[in-house]
Amino acid sequence: MAEAILPRARTWPRWSGWVLALGLFLVLRVAGKGLAPWAFDWPKAQTVPVARWISAFTKWLLNEASFGLFTFAELTRFIAAVIDFPYRIVLSLLATGFLKGQGSGAVQILPPLAWIAVIAVFALIGAWAGGRRLALLVAACFTFIAIFGQWQSAMVTLASILVAVPLGVAGGLMLGILAWRSPLFERLIRPVLDLMQTIPVFAYLVPILFLFGFGPTAAVVATLIYAMPPMTRVTQLALARVPGELADLGHMVGCTPRQMLWRVMVPSARDALMVGVNQVIMLSLNMVIIASMIGAGGLGFDVLAALRRLDFGAGLEAGFAIVALAVALDRLSHAAAARQAGSVQGGPVARHPYLAGALLTVLIAAILGLVAPAVQTYPAAWELSTGTFWSRVVEWINVNFFDFLEAIKNAVLLNLLIPFKRFLLGLPWVGVAGLLAFAGWRLGGWRLAVLTGSLTVLIAVAGLWEKAMITVYLCGISTAIAMLIGLPVGILAAERDRLWTVVRAVIDTLQTLPSFVYLMPAVMLFRVGDFTAMIAVVAFAVAPAIRYTVLGLKGVDPRLIEAGRAMGCTEGQILRRIRLRLALPEILLGLNQTIMFALSMLVITALVGTRDLGQEVYIALTKADPGRGLVAGLAVAFIAIIADRLIQAGARAARARLGLGEGAA
Amino acid sequence: MTDASSLPSDAKLVCREVWKLFGARAGETLRALGPAPEIGRIVDAGLVPAVRAVNLAVREGEIFVIMGLSGSGKSTLVRLMSRLIEPTAGEILFNGRNLLAASTEEMVEIRRHKMGMVFQHFALLPHLTVLGNVAFPLEIQGVAREEREARARKMVALVGLGGREDALPRQLSGGQQQRVGIARSLAVEPELWFLDEPFSALDPLIRREMQDEFMRLQSVLKKTIVFITHDFDEAIRLADRIAVMKDGAIVQQGTPEEIVLSPATDYVREFTRAVPRSKVVRVKSAMRPVAGTAGGAVSERATVAEAAPMFLDGAEVLAVKGEGGAVTGHLHRADVVKLMLGG
Repeated sequence: MAEAILPRARTWPRWSGWVLALGLFLVLRVAGKGLAPWAFDWPKAQTVPVARWISAFTKWLLNEASFGLFTFAELTRFIAAVIDFPYRIVLSLLATGFLKGQGSGAVQILPPLAWIAVIAVFALIGAWAGGRRLALLVAACFTFIAIFGQWQSAMVTLASILVAVPLGVAGGLMLGILAWRSPLFERLIRPVLDLMQTIPVFAYLVPILFLFGFGPTAAVVATLIYAMPPMTRVTQLALARVPGELADLGHMVGCTPRQMLWRVMVPSARDALMVGVNQVIMLSLNMVIIASMIGAGGLGFDVLAALRRLDFGAGLEAGFAIVALAVALDRLSHAAAARQAGSVQGGPVARHPYLAGALLTVLIAAILGLVAPAVQTYPAAWELSTGTFWSRVVEWINVNFFDFLEAIKNAVLLNLLIPFKRFLLGLPWVGVAGLLAFAGWRLGGWRLAVLTGSLTVLIAVAGLWEKAMITVYLCGISTAIAMLIGLPVGILAAERDRLWTVVRAVIDTLQTLPSFVYLMPAVMLFRVGDFTAMIAVVAFAVAPAIRYTVLGLKGVDPRLIEAGRAMGCTEGQILRRIRLRLALPEILLGLNQTIMFALSMLVITALVGTRDLGQEVYIALTKADPGRGLVAGLAVAFIAIIADRLIQAGARAARARLGLGEGAA
Repeated sequence: MTDASSLPSDAKLVCREVWKLFGARAGETLRALGPAPEIGRIVDAGLVPAVRAVNLAVREGEIFVIMGLSGSGKSTLVRLMSRLIEPTAGEILFNGRNLLAASTEEMVEIRRHKMGMVFQHFALLPHLTVLGNVAFPLEIQGVAREEREARARKMVALVGLGGREDALPRQLSGGQQQRVGIARSLAVEPELWFLDEPFSALDPLIRREMQDEFMRLQSVLKKTIVFITHDFDEAIRLADRIAVMKDGAIVQQGTPEEIVLSPATDYVREFTRAVPRSKVVRVKSAMRPVAGTAGGAVSERATVAEAAPMFLDGAEVLAVKGEGGAVTGHLHRADVVKLMLGG
């Protein structure tokens, strides 16, 4: 950064360092194979068996570890029991009804809530939070689920969410408060949170599967762990941002520490905290779908099963139900966050009309349900199934467009994907580590250089170099394509407000969808393989590319554009010379987010047969091998961290340069 | 500068040699630097001097204004007085008792019942209604709902917001929000009332209106007030006594009249330059001894500018009346004209 401020007199141009580094890299690439084969393939015999160590450690945890009073296994059993109890209740309420006895001999004592009652209750929540329009939207979403025969599965998924969200919010809030109160705890927890947010979701599943076994409880635990870090971070930020005057006020009126926290700080941070709650809900939904692999059941399981037997119709229907659920939950939590509280005087019914209404509806529906079964359970005869329709559509597309699609796929594969993959796989890891370290040094100083270099070496040492390179190749190409789509769309949308409203609505909705859903259409059209994975990843990762481009361009100071126009710039010049250049830091952040999204999606595409780190995690999952899964997951996290830190440093440098004008560039 | 030994001990609030330095190990460093260290030596020691050797006494029932530009340490000083910030050295006596010796529980009790504070940016709780905000200090004390709402209603009416009890802060204008802040700080009926730049965030017209409202309230309530401002005109208008702060130290304290008529330093003179003397000088200091006959009567506490219109009917000399109503002197037309033309 100091160089940007005071350009030193130098005899060599700025880029000479890069030329030198790239030159050395090329020499190594061309001549190194014979001289130093170890620089290309880390010798198998020297691989550090981290995976085996971790597996051995988890086994020890499970079988022998003890805290004196109780063993580790008892602890996990206790956690499972604590989660299992509310889960059973909510599940009985929504899906199965209260049962007596076990297995097929079970007798239903009380039926679950009638489907009409559930819809009515959610519509009432919608009316409470956002008025009649929201109530209608929410009711439509749930009715859609019922009509297309996804009710039972959707209720199982909903039950997991209803248990995971309060626990995740409460846990995140507590951790966030602790981090806000104690700087020491904050320092301890920050790297853990960073890592947890970059490790791919699959990698969480493996150790949890190992510790908690297969089933809905394990899935809720995984969901909790996945959704808690953002809430922790939001809580901490929200509390830190409460104006100092409010804290002074608390002291002046003589609050005790507890009153200070719960009466002053937390309520004042409410708006920001509700954003965290919305995130917890959406992340929980995403995770509950993915956790179907370790027994969450519900809609996720339906998608997974359909994927496995390549039944597109059924998969797509379950996918649509997930979309409906996601839209309903997202809009509800958004409206609840924006809702303005007011106090109403009167008795309990007058003060809580919606609660009273909901209770009344449930009661009436239950009584009616005894007389008319259609009120209790959505009649199968009214269900519409579009499954066969979608299967036919796919069949039709495949019959008529098979050659066309196949030609596109093969052309891209042969001309782009495979050459790039070969190129990356042929690179020596020593050279790559050196080059990344050099980039780190130039962009952010020697600390960043040590970080990027050593993480790269660690991946090689763990024996995952080849798989990591496949991940980089798929992620790189997908990110490039996503940016190639996102940049022009973003540039167009930034200038046209009406287009931006439409585009924003689309990408907002796309972002609420669980990543699983993206696989379905890609697989339908292109079957399994790298190309399919790429399509799914691009579809998932294009949203941040567009969003940040628009934000960056819209954020450019209008006075500068005016100045440009006054100087007689053409529109093209204004775009290239002023707007894009000033928006560069935002666009770089967009690139960063795109890479993060691509990586998280890439791991899930292991389901459609890629051979990268994701597949490694997936295999570990099927074999319940926690070491292997965690190491592969960490390797993905390392790739994410390297990309993240380099781009952040680049964006910072660009911003510092722009703060001083264009002089140093 | 006031000497620590000359401070009256019967005042409501006394600050004696109060210091606040920010930085690591501030207390030890201050002791090591010896008594009355230079500002440069404090900065060289790696500390930020926020408040330096402040001595002042706030008397019962007066409006004591602390005036200073941003960064002068006035906001830190008011927070030291209520111990929201812990002083590095010195004594703060409230009703003759050293607050720094009070335990946390005692401080909570004192703040709950004897102090009230109004904030620059209002500091209203966004989730509570007007009534809820005003009742909040009582709620924290555990006062029953009926009683605290009744008292809060009275306070809301007192500041002229009757009828808006159920509104939320974001639905109110800035001036209305600060009225809520004032009502809230008065709800516990405090002995000592801190106002930290209460009108600085408001538009000039509203500010004027709120100043009038504040004077009206004070004429009814007669509180002991510490008022912080960066606006010299506001200080002149409201204060019984003013302390002018610069770089953490008080450069001069006295009545508005004393400060305007004999500024202690060039720094203070800069502020007083634009102030019309007639608006500050009281009749008492402009009058002459009784001699001959005089027209209508004027109070000796009035400013010359307030007395001036009484000469409009052609009178040459006005009788001046003291606190008891007895004539204490005469005010001459020529003196008034001279003062007003002299600026």
